[in-house]
Amino acid sequence: MNKKTDLPVMLPKPVQTPQALSSLSYWHILPLIAAMMIIPSLAFSAAGDELKSPLAVLKNWIPLLLEGFVFNLIISVCAMAVGTAAGTALGLGQISPNNSLRRGSWFVTQFFRNAPWLVLLFFAMFLLPFELSIAGIIIPLPDWFKAIIGLSLPVMANVSEIVRGAIRSLPSGQWEAAESLAYTRRQTLWLVILPQCVKRMLPPWVNLYAILTMATVLASIVGVSEVMTLTGRALAAEGGRPELLAPFYGFVLLLFFAYCYPIARYTLRLEKKFAVIN
Amino acid sequence: MIGGFFITIKLSAVCLFFSVIIGVIGAWLQGSTFKWTRRFVNGYIQLFRNTPPLVQLYFFYFAIGTLLPTIENDWGGESPLLGSFAWAAISLSFFAGAFNVEIFRSGIEAVPKSTTEAAEALGYTKLQIYVSITLPLAFRVALPALNNNLVNLVKTTTLAYAIAVPDLLYESNQIWSDNVNVTEMMIFLLLAYFFLVGILVAGMNRWERSMKIPGYG
Repeated sequence: MNKKTDLPVMLPKPVQTPQALSSLSYWHILPLIAAMMIIPSLAFSAAGDELKSPLAVLKNWIPLLLEGFVFNLIISVCAMAVGTAAGTALGLGQISPNNSLRRGSWFVTQFFRNAPWLVLLFFAMFLLPFELSIAGIIIPLPDWFKAIIGLSLPVMANVSEIVRGAIRSLPSGQWEAAESLAYTRRQTLWLVILPQCVKRMLPPWVNLYAILTMATVLASIVGVSEVMTLTGRALAAEGGRPELLAPFYGFVLLLFFAYCYPIARYTLRLEKKFAVIN
Repeated sequence: MIGGFFITIKLSAVCLFFSVIIGVIGAWLQGSTFKWTRRFVNGYIQLFRNTPPLVQLYFFYFAIGTLLPTIENDWGGESPLLGSFAWAAISLSFFAGAFNVEIFRSGIEAVPKSTTEAAEALGYTKLQIYVSITLPLAFRVALPALNNNLVNLVKTTTLAYAIAVPDLLYESNQIWSDNVNVTEMMIFLLLAYFFLVGILVAGMNRWERSMKIPGYG
């Protein structure tokens, strides 16, 4: 296209794209975190010469902390699996034609959705027995298992709402069309409704997973040895030097950020991809 | 126990207030013409949204808290400049504020451009447009999402337990450690939080209704 003209007014207006969050790339944030971790340690570097510098100490502990972080991820994946399975059942219960089942599912969903995560975690920790004996066989329930149960409860309630919302968001014509084709209710759900819902449920579900991953650190408060607990122990093992605190906690922040930020970006992409255009 | 209840209410109220303020200011800065202001705000949002609030709390309380100077307290000892309550309030406000910036931004984007242009034609300055035209309209659009986030914030105040703020959860923990009545205390605790969240939701819904402009939104 020839853009040369005597009249600038005739030129097409330059397209101004609003700067959305998704335009932020990694390198905008990495320097920020690096500064956050280095500056406080510099402030103390004059304190003692024979002590190792905070970053060198941190380097020693990184393998252990990473191990703890992997444990966090395992907890999050397990809790997500349990929560999704239970939540889907609960969500389907919320749209069941049976009145009492619907009411019951609704109540359970609201109950676990409105309780603080930490309180639910305490619930699971203290109210579950430390071992179960079924028919003479004693099954121990370790802490991390209870943490998974405790974290999967709010996940269950949230998944239930996601399922219900997705099913409700389908036009009722889908149900009617399936009915007119003589599908039974079960067939309608499995063959017509749910396949369409998966697409709508995916973005909020991934989002929920990111939230859950960030909530796994709560398990440290109730004594599961995941990354936060290990950080505390590492700091204690180094004699509680105050200049170590900022790099260590900064490192944990960085770990979670590195894991959750790509997920957030991915959710945005999914949302755009599956955006329902009406 | 009742003291813990009030501490929770106080902490929630302080965080609600400051997080909304952060949200409003952040959303305004995000609309600024300076590239670096926008980038800075975006960095802040992403950093706080994608890291666990508990780690943030620890970072603020232990890492930054120890860097601050100490002051002499009434008994002649050294005590930190900001106590655990203050740090919990600061950290949770920043956490919720990051979400609020996003919420307000979406509200501001929903305000039609012609409205601000009309205000500009009437000789409003940029700040005046923001305060008396854009914000009141954006607020109404953003209220449901804001409501959601604030409920979340009240639930997140339980995290203050981790740095020994004597809130509801902390007090309950003390009581069930002494009296071994875990089940009863826990049920009471849940009911107490339901009560708090219920009051907040009812209040916000009433506010939403009273602010409704006929024919808008």
